[in-house]
Amino acid sequence: MAATRTPQVGTPLTRPSPSISERFVRFWNHYLLFIYTGFAIVYLMAPVAVMALFSFNDPAGKSNFVWQGFTLDAWQNIFAVPGLEGAVGISLGIAIASTVVATTLGTLIALALARHDFRGRGGTNLFIFLPMATPEIVLGASLLTLFVAIGAPPFFPLSFITILIAHIMFNISFVVVTVRARLSGFPTHLEEAAMDLGANELTTFRKITFPLILPGVMAAGLLAFSLSIDDFVITNFTAGGTVTFPMFIYAKARIGIPPQVNVVGTIIFLSAVGLVAISTIASRRQAMRDEAMARRHATEAANAADAA
Amino acid sequence: MGGFLRRHKRVIPYLLLAPGLLWLIAFYVVPGFQMFMTSLWSGTLETGYEFALSNVSNYTEALTRYWPQFSRSILYGAAATLLTFAISYPLAYTIAFRGGRFKNLLLFLVVAPFFTSFLLRTISWKIILGDTGILLGPLKEIGLLPAEFQLLATPIAVVAGITYNFLPFMTLPIYVSLEKIDKRLVEAAEDLFATSIGAFRRITFPLSLPGVFAGSLLTFIPAMGDYINAELLGNPQTTMIGNVIQNQFLTQNNYPTASALSFILMAGILLAVAVYARLLGTDELAGGA
Repeated sequence: MAATRTPQVGTPLTRPSPSISERFVRFWNHYLLFIYTGFAIVYLMAPVAVMALFSFNDPAGKSNFVWQGFTLDAWQNIFAVPGLEGAVGISLGIAIASTVVATTLGTLIALALARHDFRGRGGTNLFIFLPMATPEIVLGASLLTLFVAIGAPPFFPLSFITILIAHIMFNISFVVVTVRARLSGFPTHLEEAAMDLGANELTTFRKITFPLILPGVMAAGLLAFSLSIDDFVITNFTAGGTVTFPMFIYAKARIGIPPQVNVVGTIIFLSAVGLVAISTIASRRQAMRDEAMARRHATEAANAADAA
Repeated sequence: MGGFLRRHKRVIPYLLLAPGLLWLIAFYVVPGFQMFMTSLWSGTLETGYEFALSNVSNYTEALTRYWPQFSRSILYGAAATLLTFAISYPLAYTIAFRGGRFKNLLLFLVVAPFFTSFLLRTISWKIILGDTGILLGPLKEIGLLPAEFQLLATPIAVVAGITYNFLPFMTLPIYVSLEKIDKRLVEAAEDLFATSIGAFRRITFPLSLPGVFAGSLLTFIPAMGDYINAELLGNPQTTMIGNVIQNQFLTQNNYPTASALSFILMAGILLAVAVYARLLGTDELAGGA
Protein backbone atom coordinates (compact mmCIF):
# COMPACT_ATOMS: atom_id res chain seq x y z
CA MET A 1 0.00 0.00 0.00
CA ALA A 2 2.83 2.33 0.89
CA ALA A 3 4.45 1.67 -2.48
CA THR A 4 1.41 2.72 -4.50
CA ARG A 5 1.26 5.99 -2.62
CA THR A 6 4.91 6.87 -3.19
CA PRO A 7 4.89 9.93 -5.48
CA GLN A 8 6.60 9.48 -8.82
CA VAL A 9 9.63 11.58 -9.46
CA GLY A 10 8.67 14.60 -11.51
CA THR A 11 4.98 14.59 -10.63
CA PRO A 12 3.82 17.43 -8.40
CA LEU A 13 3.38 16.53 -4.71
CA THR A 14 -0.38 16.40 -4.35
CA ARG A 15 -2.40 14.36 -1.92
CA PRO A 16 -4.20 11.40 -3.43
CA SER A 17 -7.94 12.00 -3.54
CA PRO A 18 -9.64 10.57 -0.46
CA SER A 19 -10.97 7.04 -0.66
CA ILE A 20 -14.30 6.04 0.84
CA SER A 21 -12.66 4.81 4.03
CA GLU A 22 -10.75 8.09 4.26
CA ARG A 23 -13.98 9.98 3.92
CA PHE A 24 -15.53 7.87 6.64
CA VAL A 25 -12.57 8.61 8.88
CA ARG A 26 -13.03 12.32 8.26
CA PHE A 27 -16.72 12.09 9.07
CA TRP A 28 -15.78 10.11 12.15
CA ASN A 29 -13.25 12.73 13.17
CA HIS A 30 -15.55 15.67 12.65
CA TYR A 31 -18.86 14.43 13.95
CA LEU A 32 -18.99 10.95 15.38
CA LEU A 33 -16.26 11.50 17.97
CA PHE A 34 -18.19 14.42 19.41
CA ILE A 35 -21.49 12.59 19.35
CA TYR A 36 -19.78 9.67 21.06
CA THR A 37 -18.27 11.96 23.69
CA GLY A 38 -21.70 13.44 24.34
CA PHE A 39 -23.14 9.98 24.92
CA ALA A 40 -20.20 9.04 27.12
CA ILE A 41 -20.76 12.07 29.33
CA VAL A 42 -24.47 11.29 29.60
CA TYR A 43 -23.53 7.74 30.61
CA LEU A 44 -21.06 9.02 33.19
CA MET A 45 -23.51 11.52 34.64
CA ALA A 46 -26.59 9.28 34.62
CA PRO A 47 -26.08 7.72 38.08
CA VAL A 48 -25.40 11.15 39.60
CA ALA A 49 -28.57 12.50 38.02
CA VAL A 50 -30.55 9.52 39.33
CA MET A 51 -29.08 10.01 42.80
CA ALA A 52 -30.08 13.70 42.81
CA LEU A 53 -33.52 12.93 41.34
CA PHE A 54 -34.30 10.32 43.98
CA SER A 55 -33.47 12.81 46.73
CA PHE A 56 -36.81 14.39 45.72
CA ASN A 57 -38.64 11.08 45.72
CA ASP A 58 -41.48 10.45 48.10
CA PRO A 59 -41.06 6.73 48.81
CA ALA A 60 -44.22 6.77 50.96
CA GLY A 61 -43.00 4.09 53.32
CA LYS A 62 -41.61 1.93 50.50
CA SER A 63 -37.96 1.52 49.58
CA ASN A 64 -36.44 4.31 47.53
CA PHE A 65 -35.95 2.28 44.32
CA VAL A 66 -39.08 3.28 42.40
CA TRP A 67 -40.23 6.81 41.64
CA GLN A 68 -43.40 7.52 43.62
CA GLY A 69 -43.82 11.30 43.58
CA PHE A 70 -42.07 14.61 44.09
CA THR A 71 -41.45 16.01 47.54
CA LEU A 72 -39.01 18.39 49.22
CA ASP A 73 -39.46 16.50 52.46
CA ALA A 74 -36.00 14.89 52.51
CA TRP A 75 -34.30 18.23 51.82
CA GLN A 76 -36.23 19.92 54.59
CA ASN A 77 -35.65 17.18 57.16
CA ILE A 78 -32.19 15.92 56.27
CA PHE A 79 -31.45 14.42 59.65
CA ALA A 80 -34.88 12.98 60.30
CA VAL A 81 -33.42 9.51 59.70
CA PRO A 82 -31.99 8.12 62.93
CA GLY A 83 -28.23 7.56 62.78
CA LEU A 84 -27.57 9.58 59.63
CA GLU A 85 -26.41 12.74 61.41
CA GLY A 86 -23.99 10.79 63.62
CA ALA A 87 -22.62 8.85 60.63
CA VAL A 88 -22.01 12.03 58.61
CA GLY A 89 -20.35 13.64 61.65
CA ILE A 90 -18.01 10.66 62.16
CA SER A 91 -17.12 10.60 58.46
CA LEU A 92 -16.32 14.32 58.47
CA GLY A 93 -14.22 13.99 61.62
CA ILE A 94 -12.21 11.07 60.23
CA ALA A 95 -11.82 12.78 56.85
CA ILE A 96 -10.52 16.02 58.41
CA ALA A 97 -8.16 14.31 60.86
CA SER A 98 -6.77 11.82 58.34
CA THR A 99 -6.34 14.57 55.74
CA VAL A 100 -4.33 16.75 58.12
CA VAL A 101 -2.04 13.93 59.28
CA ALA A 102 -1.62 12.21 55.89
CA THR A 103 -1.01 15.50 54.07
CA THR A 104 1.69 16.45 56.58
CA LEU A 105 3.45 13.07 56.51
CA GLY A 106 3.08 12.71 52.73
CA THR A 107 4.35 16.22 51.98
CA LEU A 108 7.49 15.58 54.05
CA ILE A 109 8.16 12.39 52.06
CA ALA A 110 7.53 14.21 48.76
CA LEU A 111 10.01 16.94 49.79
CA ALA A 112 12.64 14.32 50.57
CA LEU A 113 12.06 12.55 47.24
CA ALA A 114 11.96 15.65 45.07
CA ARG A 115 14.54 17.86 46.78
CA HIS A 116 17.16 15.51 48.21
CA ASP A 117 19.45 12.85 46.92
CA PHE A 118 19.88 10.00 49.35
CA ARG A 119 20.57 6.30 49.50
CA GLY A 120 17.41 4.26 49.08
CA ARG A 121 15.56 6.83 47.00
CA GLY A 122 14.53 4.35 44.29
CA GLY A 123 13.40 1.84 46.89
CA THR A 124 11.35 4.51 48.65
CA ASN A 125 9.65 5.42 45.37
CA LEU A 126 8.68 1.80 44.82
CA PHE A 127 7.56 1.38 48.42
CA ILE A 128 5.29 4.44 48.17
CA PHE A 129 3.68 2.94 45.07
CA LEU A 130 2.85 -0.42 46.72
CA PRO A 131 -0.12 0.59 48.92
CA MET A 132 -1.78 2.16 45.85
CA ALA A 133 -1.35 -1.09 43.90
CA THR A 134 -2.79 -3.25 46.67
CA PRO A 135 -6.52 -3.97 46.46
CA GLU A 136 -8.47 -2.19 49.17
CA ILE A 137 -9.84 -5.43 50.51
CA VAL A 138 -6.31 -6.72 51.18
CA LEU A 139 -5.34 -3.45 52.91
CA GLY A 140 -8.40 -3.64 55.14
CA ALA A 141 -8.14 -7.35 55.82
CA SER A 142 -4.46 -7.24 56.76
CA LEU A 143 -5.04 -4.34 59.16
CA LEU A 144 -7.85 -6.33 60.75
CA THR A 145 -5.56 -9.34 61.30
CA LEU A 146 -3.00 -7.03 62.94
CA PHE A 147 -5.54 -5.38 65.22
CA VAL A 148 -7.01 -8.75 66.20
CA ALA A 149 -3.55 -10.20 66.85
CA ILE A 150 -2.60 -7.26 69.10
CA GLY A 151 -5.96 -7.57 70.83
CA ALA A 152 -5.46 -4.58 73.16
CA PRO A 153 -6.45 -0.88 73.16
CA PRO A 154 -6.24 1.39 71.28
CA PHE A 155 -6.21 -1.17 68.45
CA PHE A 156 -8.78 -3.59 69.77
CA PRO A 157 -11.71 -3.38 70.09
CA LEU A 158 -11.96 -1.60 66.73
CA SER A 159 -13.04 2.03 66.94
CA PHE A 160 -12.81 5.53 65.51
CA ILE A 161 -9.04 5.32 66.13
CA THR A 162 -8.50 2.19 64.03
CA ILE A 163 -10.45 3.74 61.13
CA LEU A 164 -8.29 6.85 61.42
CA ILE A 165 -5.08 4.77 61.40
CA ALA A 166 -6.24 3.00 58.24
CA HIS A 167 -7.28 6.18 56.44
CA ILE A 168 -3.98 7.92 57.18
CA MET A 169 -2.17 4.83 55.87
CA PHE A 170 -3.91 4.65 52.48
CA ASN A 171 -3.85 8.43 52.01
CA ILE A 172 -0.09 8.95 52.49
CA SER A 173 0.89 7.52 49.08
CA PHE A 174 -1.69 9.59 47.20
CA VAL A 175 -0.41 12.76 48.91
CA VAL A 176 3.22 11.92 48.09
CA VAL A 177 2.41 11.36 44.42
CA THR A 178 0.37 14.58 44.11
CA VAL A 179 2.86 16.87 45.89
CA ARG A 180 5.85 15.32 44.15
CA ALA A 181 4.23 15.94 40.76
CA ARG A 182 3.96 19.62 41.66
CA LEU A 183 7.55 19.83 42.95
CA SER A 184 9.12 18.10 39.97
CA GLY A 185 7.97 21.01 37.79
CA PHE A 186 10.08 23.50 39.70
CA PRO A 187 13.85 23.82 39.43
CA THR A 188 15.78 24.11 42.70
CA HIS A 189 17.48 27.39 41.82
CA LEU A 190 15.02 29.52 43.81
CA GLU A 191 15.94 27.64 46.98
CA GLU A 192 19.63 27.82 46.11
CA ALA A 193 19.37 31.58 45.60
CA ALA A 194 17.71 32.01 49.00
CA MET A 195 20.43 29.96 50.67
CA ASP A 196 23.13 31.95 48.86
CA LEU A 197 21.54 35.12 50.23
CA GLY A 198 22.04 33.77 53.72
CA ALA A 199 18.65 32.24 54.56
CA ASN A 200 18.84 29.08 56.63
CA GLU A 201 16.95 25.86 55.78
CA LEU A 202 13.87 26.71 57.79
CA THR A 203 13.56 30.25 56.41
CA THR A 204 14.10 28.98 52.88
CA PHE A 205 11.38 26.41 53.40
CA ARG A 206 8.97 28.95 54.90
CA LYS A 207 9.54 31.68 52.34
CA ILE A 208 10.31 29.78 49.14
CA THR A 209 9.53 26.07 49.10
CA PHE A 210 6.27 26.12 51.01
CA PRO A 211 4.56 28.83 48.91
CA LEU A 212 5.72 26.95 45.79
CA ILE A 213 4.23 23.63 46.82
CA LEU A 214 1.12 25.06 48.48
CA PRO A 215 -1.19 24.45 45.46
CA GLY A 216 0.09 20.86 45.29
CA VAL A 217 -0.45 20.40 49.03
CA MET A 218 -3.99 21.78 48.73
CA ALA A 219 -4.76 19.45 45.82
CA ALA A 220 -3.36 16.52 47.78
CA GLY A 221 -5.44 17.48 50.80
CA LEU A 222 -8.58 17.66 48.68
CA LEU A 223 -7.82 14.23 47.20
CA ALA A 224 -7.13 12.74 50.64
CA PHE A 225 -10.34 14.22 52.01
CA SER A 226 -12.47 12.84 49.19
CA LEU A 227 -10.82 9.39 49.37
CA SER A 228 -11.40 9.27 53.12
CA ILE A 229 -14.99 10.44 53.16
CA ASP A 230 -15.95 7.94 50.43
CA ASP A 231 -14.05 4.91 51.68
CA PHE A 232 -16.14 1.90 52.45
CA VAL A 233 -14.08 -1.27 51.98
CA ILE A 234 -11.14 -0.52 54.27
CA THR A 235 -13.41 1.18 56.79
CA ASN A 236 -15.69 -1.85 56.90
CA PHE A 237 -12.75 -3.98 58.08
CA THR A 238 -11.46 -1.54 60.68
CA ALA A 239 -14.64 0.03 62.06
CA GLY A 240 -16.08 -2.48 64.50
CA GLY A 241 -19.30 -0.86 65.70
CA THR A 242 -18.49 2.65 64.45
CA VAL A 243 -20.77 3.72 61.59
CA THR A 244 -19.42 6.13 58.97
CA PHE A 245 -21.54 7.64 56.20
CA PRO A 246 -20.61 4.98 53.58
CA MET A 247 -21.23 2.23 56.15
CA PHE A 248 -24.61 3.76 56.87
CA ILE A 249 -25.44 3.62 53.15
CA TYR A 250 -24.27 0.03 52.90
CA ALA A 251 -26.35 -1.05 55.86
CA LYS A 252 -29.44 0.47 54.23
CA ALA A 253 -28.62 -0.61 50.66
CA ARG A 254 -30.47 -3.93 50.82
CA ILE A 255 -33.73 -2.54 52.14
CA GLY A 256 -33.55 0.70 50.18
CA ILE A 257 -31.81 3.84 51.31
CA PRO A 258 -33.89 6.75 52.63
CA PRO A 259 -33.97 9.81 50.29
CA GLN A 260 -32.09 11.78 52.96
CA VAL A 261 -28.96 9.77 52.06
CA ASN A 262 -29.38 10.98 48.46
CA VAL A 263 -29.63 14.52 49.80
CA VAL A 264 -26.30 14.18 51.61
CA GLY A 265 -24.76 12.55 48.52
CA THR A 266 -26.00 15.39 46.33
CA ILE A 267 -24.65 17.99 48.76
CA ILE A 268 -21.24 16.28 48.78
CA PHE A 269 -21.24 16.19 44.96
CA LEU A 270 -22.22 19.85 44.62
CA SER A 271 -19.67 21.03 47.19
CA ALA A 272 -16.87 19.11 45.47
CA VAL A 273 -17.84 20.44 42.05
CA GLY A 274 -18.18 23.96 43.49
CA LEU A 275 -14.77 23.78 45.18
CA VAL A 276 -13.05 22.66 41.98
CA ALA A 277 -14.87 25.34 39.95
CA ILE A 278 -13.90 28.09 42.41
CA SER A 279 -10.26 27.04 42.53
CA THR A 280 -10.11 26.80 38.72
CA ILE A 281 -11.62 30.26 38.28
CA ALA A 282 -9.34 31.70 40.98
CA SER A 283 -6.20 30.27 39.41
CA ARG A 284 -7.28 31.45 35.94
CA ARG A 285 -7.90 34.97 37.28
CA GLN A 286 -4.49 34.88 38.95
CA ALA A 287 -2.88 33.82 35.69
CA MET A 288 -4.67 36.60 33.80
CA ARG A 289 -3.61 39.16 36.43
CA ASP A 290 -0.01 37.96 36.20
CA GLU A 291 -0.10 38.25 32.44
CA ALA A 292 -1.62 41.73 32.52
CA MET A 293 1.02 42.79 35.05
CA ALA A 294 3.81 41.41 32.89
CA ARG A 295 2.40 43.17 29.84
CA ARG A 296 2.16 46.49 31.72
CA HIS A 297 5.73 46.20 32.93
CA ALA A 298 6.85 45.42 29.41
CA THR A 299 5.01 48.46 27.99
CA GLU A 300 6.38 50.69 30.73
CA ALA A 301 9.87 49.45 30.04
CA ALA A 302 9.39 50.01 26.33
CA ASN A 303 8.04 53.53 26.96
CA ALA A 304 10.94 54.31 29.22
CA ALA A 305 13.34 53.07 26.58
CA ASP A 306 11.61 55.23 23.95
CA ALA A 307 11.78 58.28 26.23
CA ALA A 308 15.46 57.72 26.76
CA MET B 1 18.14 22.88 65.48
CA GLY B 2 19.20 24.96 62.50
CA GLY B 3 22.79 24.45 63.52
CA PHE B 4 22.36 20.70 63.80
CA LEU B 5 20.74 20.54 60.36
CA ARG B 6 23.56 22.56 58.80
CA ARG B 7 26.17 20.28 60.30
CA HIS B 8 24.37 17.08 59.30
CA LYS B 9 22.87 17.87 55.93
CA ARG B 10 22.74 14.23 54.90
CA VAL B 11 20.32 13.49 57.74
CA ILE B 12 17.63 15.86 56.44
CA PRO B 13 15.98 13.55 53.88
CA TYR B 14 15.80 10.72 56.42
CA LEU B 15 14.21 13.05 58.97
CA LEU B 16 11.63 14.06 56.36
CA LEU B 17 10.91 10.46 55.43
CA ALA B 18 10.84 8.96 58.90
CA PRO B 19 7.33 9.79 60.18
CA GLY B 20 5.47 8.82 57.01
CA LEU B 21 7.52 5.74 56.28
CA LEU B 22 7.24 4.53 59.88
CA TRP B 23 3.46 4.87 59.59
CA LEU B 24 3.46 2.84 56.38
CA ILE B 25 5.75 0.20 57.90
CA ALA B 26 3.59 -0.11 61.01
CA PHE B 27 0.24 -0.17 59.21
CA TYR B 28 1.04 -1.59 55.77
CA VAL B 29 4.10 -3.85 56.04
CA VAL B 30 3.51 -5.26 59.52
CA PRO B 31 -0.17 -6.08 58.77
CA GLY B 32 1.02 -7.90 55.65
CA PHE B 33 3.32 -10.08 57.78
CA GLN B 34 0.60 -10.58 60.34
CA MET B 35 -1.81 -11.68 57.63
CA PHE B 36 0.74 -14.21 56.44
CA MET B 37 1.10 -15.57 59.99
CA THR B 38 -2.68 -15.63 60.42
CA SER B 39 -3.07 -17.57 57.17
CA LEU B 40 -1.08 -20.37 58.84
CA TRP B 41 -3.25 -20.53 61.93
CA SER B 42 -5.64 -23.28 62.81
CA GLY B 43 -8.57 -23.15 65.21
CA THR B 44 -11.53 -20.86 65.66
CA LEU B 45 -12.31 -17.63 67.47
CA GLU B 46 -13.87 -19.65 70.33
CA THR B 47 -11.14 -22.27 70.83
CA GLY B 48 -8.24 -19.93 70.15
CA TYR B 49 -5.73 -20.08 67.29
CA GLU B 50 -2.51 -21.99 66.89
CA PHE B 51 0.28 -21.29 64.43
CA ALA B 52 1.84 -24.21 62.51
CA LEU B 53 3.63 -24.41 59.18
CA SER B 54 1.62 -27.53 58.38
CA ASN B 55 -1.41 -25.26 58.11
CA VAL B 56 -0.24 -24.43 54.62
CA SER B 57 -3.16 -26.71 53.78
CA ASN B 58 -5.30 -23.61 54.47
CA TYR B 59 -4.13 -22.38 51.09
CA THR B 60 -4.90 -25.51 49.09
CA GLU B 61 -8.27 -25.88 50.78
CA ALA B 62 -9.18 -22.24 50.18
CA LEU B 63 -8.11 -22.43 46.56
CA THR B 64 -10.06 -25.60 45.75
CA ARG B 65 -13.13 -24.56 47.70
CA TYR B 66 -13.36 -21.04 46.32
CA TRP B 67 -12.02 -21.64 42.83
CA PRO B 68 -15.34 -20.61 41.20
CA GLN B 69 -15.15 -17.21 42.90
CA PHE B 70 -11.51 -16.79 41.95
CA SER B 71 -12.16 -17.59 38.30
CA ARG B 72 -15.19 -15.30 38.31
CA SER B 73 -13.08 -12.45 39.71
CA ILE B 74 -10.53 -12.92 36.95
CA LEU B 75 -13.25 -13.15 34.28
CA TYR B 76 -15.28 -10.16 35.49
CA GLY B 77 -12.14 -8.12 36.13
CA ALA B 78 -10.79 -8.84 32.64
CA ALA B 79 -14.15 -8.17 30.96
CA ALA B 80 -14.57 -4.89 32.81
CA THR B 81 -11.00 -3.86 31.94
CA LEU B 82 -11.63 -4.52 28.23
CA LEU B 83 -14.89 -2.57 28.36
CA THR B 84 -13.33 0.41 30.15
CA PHE B 85 -10.66 0.42 27.46
CA ALA B 86 -13.25 0.34 24.64
CA ILE B 87 -15.23 3.17 26.23
CA SER B 88 -12.26 5.25 27.38
CA TYR B 89 -10.05 5.29 24.32
CA PRO B 90 -12.31 7.26 21.94
CA LEU B 91 -13.26 9.51 24.84
CA ALA B 92 -9.67 10.26 25.83
CA TYR B 93 -8.76 10.65 22.15
CA THR B 94 -11.50 13.21 21.55
CA ILE B 95 -10.55 15.23 24.61
CA ALA B 96 -6.83 15.15 23.86
CA PHE B 97 -6.96 15.82 20.10
CA ARG B 98 -10.26 17.60 19.48
CA GLY B 99 -10.99 19.13 22.88
CA GLY B 100 -9.69 22.57 21.92
CA ARG B 101 -10.60 25.15 24.53
CA PHE B 102 -13.12 22.77 26.08
CA LYS B 103 -10.40 20.30 27.02
CA ASN B 104 -10.41 21.09 30.73
CA LEU B 105 -14.19 21.27 30.91
CA LEU B 106 -14.56 17.87 29.20
CA LEU B 107 -11.95 16.36 31.48
CA PHE B 108 -13.79 17.78 34.46
CA LEU B 109 -17.09 16.31 33.24
CA VAL B 110 -15.43 12.89 33.00
CA VAL B 111 -14.12 13.05 36.56
CA ALA B 112 -17.02 14.89 38.22
CA PRO B 113 -19.33 11.86 38.69
CA PHE B 114 -16.67 10.31 40.88
CA PHE B 115 -17.01 13.09 43.43
CA THR B 116 -20.07 11.25 44.75
CA SER B 117 -20.08 8.21 46.93
CA PHE B 118 -19.04 4.97 45.25
CA LEU B 119 -21.92 3.21 46.99
CA LEU B 120 -24.53 5.76 45.94
CA ARG B 121 -23.39 5.53 42.31
CA THR B 122 -23.74 1.78 42.42
CA ILE B 123 -27.17 2.01 44.03
CA SER B 124 -28.16 4.42 41.24
CA TRP B 125 -27.26 1.72 38.72
CA LYS B 126 -29.49 -0.61 40.67
CA ILE B 127 -32.35 1.84 40.08
CA ILE B 128 -31.45 2.37 36.39
CA LEU B 129 -31.06 -1.35 35.59
CA GLY B 130 -34.08 -2.45 37.64
CA ASP B 131 -36.54 -4.87 36.00
CA THR B 132 -39.09 -2.10 35.41
CA GLY B 133 -36.62 0.76 35.77
CA ILE B 134 -35.79 3.77 33.63
CA LEU B 135 -33.95 1.68 31.03
CA LEU B 136 -35.89 -1.58 30.78
CA GLY B 137 -39.36 -0.32 31.68
CA PRO B 138 -40.02 1.66 28.47
CA LEU B 139 -38.43 -1.05 26.28
CA LYS B 140 -40.71 -3.66 27.81
CA GLU B 141 -43.69 -1.37 27.49
CA ILE B 142 -43.31 -1.08 23.72
CA GLY B 143 -42.66 -4.79 23.47
CA LEU B 144 -39.01 -4.65 22.39
CA LEU B 145 -38.07 -6.85 25.33
CA PRO B 146 -39.95 -9.74 26.92
CA ALA B 147 -41.43 -8.96 30.32
CA GLU B 148 -39.22 -11.46 32.13
CA PHE B 149 -35.97 -9.98 30.72
CA GLN B 150 -33.66 -8.74 33.43
CA LEU B 151 -30.25 -7.15 33.79
CA LEU B 152 -30.12 -6.64 37.52
CA ALA B 153 -28.86 -9.69 39.42
CA THR B 154 -27.01 -10.98 36.35
CA PRO B 155 -23.27 -11.10 35.57
CA ILE B 156 -23.90 -8.36 32.96
CA ALA B 157 -24.99 -5.92 35.67
CA VAL B 158 -21.95 -6.78 37.81
CA VAL B 159 -19.51 -6.26 34.94
CA ALA B 160 -21.33 -3.06 33.91
CA GLY B 161 -21.11 -1.72 37.46
CA ILE B 162 -17.40 -2.50 37.73
CA THR B 163 -16.82 -0.93 34.30
CA TYR B 164 -18.56 2.26 35.33
CA ASN B 165 -16.98 2.59 38.73
CA PHE B 166 -13.39 2.18 37.55
CA LEU B 167 -13.68 4.06 34.24
CA PRO B 168 -11.58 7.12 35.18
CA PHE B 169 -8.66 4.85 36.11
CA MET B 170 -8.54 3.95 32.41
CA THR B 171 -9.56 7.27 30.82
CA LEU B 172 -7.10 9.51 32.68
CA PRO B 173 -3.86 7.57 31.98
CA ILE B 174 -4.81 7.15 28.30
CA TYR B 175 -5.61 10.87 28.10
CA VAL B 176 -2.26 11.77 29.68
CA SER B 177 -0.30 9.63 27.22
CA LEU B 178 -2.29 10.91 24.20
CA GLU B 179 -1.91 14.50 25.35
CA LYS B 180 1.88 14.10 25.47
CA ILE B 181 2.11 13.00 21.83
CA ASP B 182 3.80 15.58 19.63
CA LYS B 183 1.06 16.42 17.10
CA ARG B 184 3.73 17.14 14.48
CA LEU B 185 4.51 13.42 14.34
CA VAL B 186 0.97 12.71 13.15
CA GLU B 187 1.14 15.61 10.69
CA ALA B 188 4.47 14.34 9.39
CA ALA B 189 2.99 10.90 8.83
CA GLU B 190 0.08 12.42 6.91
CA ASP B 191 2.45 14.60 4.88
CA LEU B 192 4.23 11.40 3.98
CA PHE B 193 0.93 10.13 2.58
CA ALA B 194 -0.09 7.92 5.45
CA THR B 195 -3.86 7.54 5.65
CA SER B 196 -5.52 8.76 8.83
CA ILE B 197 -5.99 5.14 9.83
CA GLY B 198 -2.39 4.35 9.02
CA ALA B 199 -1.12 7.34 11.01
CA PHE B 200 -3.27 6.30 13.94
CA ARG B 201 -2.17 2.68 13.76
CA ARG B 202 1.53 3.37 13.40
CA ILE B 203 2.02 6.63 15.34
CA THR B 204 -0.76 7.59 17.73
CA PHE B 205 -1.76 4.20 19.05
CA PRO B 206 1.76 2.85 19.72
CA LEU B 207 2.68 6.11 21.48
CA SER B 208 -0.40 5.87 23.69
CA LEU B 209 0.34 2.30 24.79
CA PRO B 210 2.03 3.30 28.09
CA GLY B 211 -1.26 4.94 29.07
CA VAL B 212 -3.24 1.88 28.01
CA PHE B 213 -0.88 -0.32 29.99
CA ALA B 214 -1.09 1.83 33.14
CA GLY B 215 -4.86 2.20 32.76
CA SER B 216 -5.39 -1.54 32.40
CA LEU B 217 -3.48 -2.27 35.58
CA LEU B 218 -5.16 0.55 37.51
CA THR B 219 -8.53 -0.84 36.44
CA PHE B 220 -7.88 -4.56 36.69
CA ILE B 221 -6.40 -4.54 40.21
CA PRO B 222 -9.35 -2.87 41.98
CA ALA B 223 -11.83 -4.60 39.65
CA MET B 224 -10.57 -8.03 40.64
CA GLY B 225 -10.64 -7.19 44.35
CA ASP B 226 -14.06 -5.52 44.21
CA TYR B 227 -17.07 -7.00 45.90
CA ILE B 228 -19.49 -4.07 46.18
CA ASN B 229 -20.75 -4.38 42.59
CA ALA B 230 -21.24 -8.12 42.92
CA GLU B 231 -23.01 -7.56 46.22
CA LEU B 232 -25.37 -4.79 45.10
CA LEU B 233 -25.93 -5.64 41.42
CA GLY B 234 -25.41 -9.40 41.34
CA ASN B 235 -26.94 -12.54 42.76
CA PRO B 236 -25.54 -15.38 44.89
CA GLN B 237 -24.19 -16.99 41.71
CA THR B 238 -22.11 -13.94 40.78
CA THR B 239 -20.08 -13.63 44.00
CA MET B 240 -16.43 -12.75 43.55
CA ILE B 241 -13.46 -13.53 45.74
CA GLY B 242 -13.89 -10.22 47.55
CA ASN B 243 -17.35 -11.30 48.73
CA VAL B 244 -15.86 -14.49 50.16
CA ILE B 245 -13.00 -12.68 51.90
CA GLN B 246 -15.29 -10.12 53.50
CA ASN B 247 -17.78 -12.81 54.54
CA GLN B 248 -15.09 -15.08 56.03
CA PHE B 249 -13.49 -12.17 57.88
CA LEU B 250 -16.45 -10.21 59.13
CA THR B 251 -19.28 -12.72 59.41
CA GLN B 252 -17.68 -16.14 59.88
CA ASN B 253 -14.64 -14.86 61.82
CA ASN B 254 -12.66 -17.48 59.91
CA TYR B 255 -9.44 -15.46 59.93
CA PRO B 256 -7.04 -18.19 58.70
CA THR B 257 -9.02 -19.03 55.54
CA ALA B 258 -9.77 -15.37 54.85
CA SER B 259 -6.08 -14.45 55.20
CA ALA B 260 -5.05 -17.28 52.89
CA LEU B 261 -7.62 -16.07 50.34
CA SER B 262 -6.32 -12.49 50.57
CA PHE B 263 -2.79 -13.73 50.01
CA ILE B 264 -3.82 -15.79 47.00
CA LEU B 265 -5.64 -12.71 45.60
CA MET B 266 -2.52 -10.60 46.05
CA ALA B 267 -0.37 -13.31 44.43
CA GLY B 268 -2.85 -13.62 41.56
CA ILE B 269 -2.71 -9.90 40.93
CA LEU B 270 1.09 -9.82 41.00
CA LEU B 271 1.12 -12.75 38.58
CA ALA B 272 -1.35 -11.05 36.25
CA VAL B 273 0.78 -7.89 36.33
CA ALA B 274 3.92 -9.86 35.49
CA VAL B 275 2.29 -11.83 32.66
CA TYR B 276 0.70 -8.71 31.24
CA ALA B 277 3.95 -6.74 31.38
CA ARG B 278 5.71 -9.57 29.55
CA LEU B 279 3.06 -10.00 26.87
CA LEU B 280 2.62 -6.34 26.15
CA GLY B 281 6.28 -5.53 26.59
CA THR B 282 7.63 -8.07 24.07
CA ASP B 283 4.71 -7.65 21.67
CA GLU B 284 5.11 -3.92 21.71
CA LEU B 285 8.85 -4.09 21.06
CA ALA B 286 8.35 -6.44 18.11
CA GLY B 287 5.42 -4.46 16.69
CA GLY B 288 7.14 -1.10 17.03
CA ALA B 289 10.21 -2.13 15.03
